[in-house]
Amino acid sequence: MALLELNDVQASYGAIKALHGVSISVEEGSIVAVLGANGAGKSTTLKAISGAVRPTAGSIVFDGKELNGLTPNQIVKLGIAQVPEGRKIFKDLTVTENLRMGAYSRNDGAAIEEDFDRVLELFPRLGERKTQLGGSLSGGEQQMLAIGRGLMARPRLLLLDEPSLGLAPIIIADIFKTLRLINQEQSTTMLLVEQNANIALKHASFGYVLQVGKVAIEDTASNLRTNKEVIEAYMGAQR
Amino acid sequence: MLGQQILSGLATGSVYALTAIAVVVVFRNTRTINLAQGDFGMIAAFLGILFIKEFDLNYYVMLPLVVLCSMALGVLVERIVMRPIADSDWLTLFTATLGVYYILHGAAGWIWGRDTKAFPVTFDAEPVDIFGALISQGHLINMGWAAAIGIVLFFFFKYTKQGIAMRAVTDDPETALLMGIPVRFIVLLTWGMAGFLAAFAGVLLAPIVYVSPEMMDEVLIKGYVAAVFGGLYSIPGAIIGALMIGVAENLAGGYLGSHFKTATAFVMIVVLLTFRPQGLFGIQKRREI
Repeated sequence: MALLELNDVQASYGAIKALHGVSISVEEGSIVAVLGANGAGKSTTLKAISGAVRPTAGSIVFDGKELNGLTPNQIVKLGIAQVPEGRKIFKDLTVTENLRMGAYSRNDGAAIEEDFDRVLELFPRLGERKTQLGGSLSGGEQQMLAIGRGLMARPRLLLLDEPSLGLAPIIIADIFKTLRLINQEQSTTMLLVEQNANIALKHASFGYVLQVGKVAIEDTASNLRTNKEVIEAYMGAQR
Repeated sequence: MLGQQILSGLATGSVYALTAIAVVVVFRNTRTINLAQGDFGMIAAFLGILFIKEFDLNYYVMLPLVVLCSMALGVLVERIVMRPIADSDWLTLFTATLGVYYILHGAAGWIWGRDTKAFPVTFDAEPVDIFGALISQGHLINMGWAAAIGIVLFFFFKYTKQGIAMRAVTDDPETALLMGIPVRFIVLLTWGMAGFLAAFAGVLLAPIVYVSPEMMDEVLIKGYVAAVFGGLYSIPGAIIGALMIGVAENLAGGYLGSHFKTATAFVMIVVLLTFRPQGLFGIQKRREI
């Protein structure tokens, strides 16, 4: 059984329907990409999983548990952490404090320290800036901090919302290399929402393409990379 | 004479500071200007009398009990009054606290009467000599307590999980929720802290100004002005604002005459806001939606 299963999930913002029935399945240990244009419902899908948006229909099942009706902090406790769009670092908190807040839902002190050291090992730049305020970091460093903060929850599933947004290609490559490493070493499952289809399909094993709130295409990442429709719509600029 | 004026100004200012800190803490986590902050302290002072006179308790047994009751009052106001309207605009929240202010005023008058009461514990009238400046023991003790509370708060906000989480909620409540921080609980904690600070403000001031439903009215206004002075988001700003107001109004009272005393705080805030609308340590616009 898949670790995460979305069955025909619908969601709305007031009168505007954002998801018209999205079904996604994420296998344990995999990296799954969700692609799509602006407004296709990618972020809403993640928000529905994390409990920030309540689905109006359909079900979201994580590790056999129905998530509908749970609060965001209950969902974090179950093992789903979030790396939000735009990084959303706590600007007035230091790097260390930001990381500690990622572990808020945990009470296993020693293991938290272990994970803290591990995050600084993965992102040495954060170690150098431990006492600096989050707001004073560069975009790339903030993205690293956002990922590190997510990892501090010791999640089984990490939700990543546009981690490449606004970053230089060399930093994007670096960050994805680290994500891959985390995925392999700790077998952290990842659900990755990206507009940058090239980088996403390079690292994911499976992908979904959303169009106006519905899954339009779903296939393995290698097939999607050669899918004409995907190339034209989402990888066009690079060809 | 000057040293003495400054010293007793600092003593008054430190009670304003307790109120100002509470105004800041509640405002930055809930967008609420809490007009009932002073009255939490007033209730605490009446409870202090009750515990000492009726239950025959020692001052140092009374104090933690009053602090607990006052925290419970803060939490209760959050749960019953503020939470149901938490998503409303700031004016609604502000008006609700005005309602709480009048309810607490009325309740205190109804239960304990409208006339002023002396606080059963008064400090030794013999003033203490500090480098030639005379200060009453009550003032000195107040300063000590306020400083101790300031230090406790510093460590709380810097090193404890809940303290850092309170700052995270100030920074970005939506993201705090996504990170698994129970924002509602943190808000509850915030109101508990308001009650905690109010208890000390009320009990410390009680032996000096006597106890009545109106005893904290002026302190609330001064504390609020001090909070605005510091920029409404900054605790150090609120403390500095409160001490400055305490000293300035004492000097004005001493050298210009007592009529000028109360006006001083307002003159200061008008002048400051003219030149620095964001306050001393303010940040002009904190949250984008």
